[in-house]
Amino acid sequence: MSVWEWFTDPANWTGYNGIPIRTWEQIEISFWAMVIALAIAMPIALILGHQRRGIFLATNVGNIGRAIPTLGVLTILASIPEIGIGNFAAILALALFAIPPLLTNTFAGIASVDEEVLDAANGIGMGGFRILSRVELPLALPLIAAGIRTATVQVVATASLAALVGSGGLGRYVVDGYSLQDNTLIIAGAILTGLIAVIADLVLGFVERRITPKGLRGETFVASEEEEIPEATPA
Amino acid sequence: MVPSASDIPNPWFSWDYVTSNAELLLTAGQEHVFLTVSSVLLALVFAFPLAFLVRRYRKLEAPVLGLSGVLYTIPSLALISLLWPIFGLTPWTVIIALAVYALLVVLRNTVVGLESVSENVVDAARGMGMGRRQLLVRVELPLAMPTILAGIRIATVTTVGMVTIGALVGYGGFGTLILSGFQANFYHAQIMTATLCCVLLAFIFEVLLLVLERLTLPWARQEVPE
Repeated sequence: MSVWEWFTDPANWTGYNGIPIRTWEQIEISFWAMVIALAIAMPIALILGHQRRGIFLATNVGNIGRAIPTLGVLTILASIPEIGIGNFAAILALALFAIPPLLTNTFAGIASVDEEVLDAANGIGMGGFRILSRVELPLALPLIAAGIRTATVQVVATASLAALVGSGGLGRYVVDGYSLQDNTLIIAGAILTGLIAVIADLVLGFVERRITPKGLRGETFVASEEEEIPEATPA
Repeated sequence: MVPSASDIPNPWFSWDYVTSNAELLLTAGQEHVFLTVSSVLLALVFAFPLAFLVRRYRKLEAPVLGLSGVLYTIPSLALISLLWPIFGLTPWTVIIALAVYALLVVLRNTVVGLESVSENVVDAARGMGMGRRQLLVRVELPLAMPTILAGIRIATVTTVGMVTIGALVGYGGFGTLILSGFQANFYHAQIMTATLCCVLLAFIFEVLLLVLERLTLPWARQEVPE
């Protein structure tokens, strides 16, 4: 069967192993991973950024994340009897890898707010919480949105890998293809997993531009001046 | 009575595992280093000419960097799988896929590094009578080198982690041990040891490349932020 025949075969569009269900599984896994990652990373980054402490942690967590192999974390989590193979292990592993870009970008966004702006906010009688929520957060929004986009795209792309530890999602086709030695299945799966990552990037890029306040659009932010760090680690 | 699976000890850390499988770990480590270094070198061979080309013909910059951004989001699982019908179960399947990601990082950093060279410096060099090639080799490249080397370092560390995915086609260095340990009834010691070895390798590469940066670029240390 050719790849084209595989895609046009109605059997591959229905049932629990059909493309719609597998796509939905991938979105579901990614969604819960992002919920966990946001819940952990955002409060830490907002507080550290506001107090301008922990610069070392916030800037180096990305380097550490890069050095840890995703496959290792996935298999370690799935090998813990209390977690077990399947979607839960995948969600936890993906959440762990989404934390660094969220932490780094949110911290950088909050901590880079101009001292004079903070002075002015202080001068008109704003307290710490109001400064964070009404001044720092809106000004940091472009960088925060960029971080969320980077993390989400990375999670959606990496979710395909989770099929190796028995989770659902589009990676299932690739992994099953290798174990069945079915070339068509491998290539069809590769196309689908590549496609969902690229689509996620395009959609979130659009959302990112929409939620950036008008006054801040078109401005570019560079997280670090001396080295141009790519935002994401490929999955 | 047959003991159930959960009765058999399955520790995460076992020095016994390390000593009795030293040879296996060493072989995996050698393969891991070979795959990493080959991928990064292959990436460098293509990154620099491409970067100069983009620099020469500015119109190419947006499409090339845009396309590389799209490629960067494609998971390695997909890229390796798309290459495997072409290159089969050979190291090339892994090396070429990983070289693509490394290429994107190095290319981007080289373009950004060359671009960030101050106009005044370029002007001064031109005033001294430097031609295009001299300008590139003697002024722009040395000034862009810290950014380029940082790109190479980031690409290398990223590649160390991604080599593990090569386990799918049988060339994954420590990744092959991780995957086979997982498939062998969750062999904790093997999974953990191979993962830690992989992190250690990434750390060694990071330190080596940082030292290289320090040694070869004395001028980068005195750089004053604008």
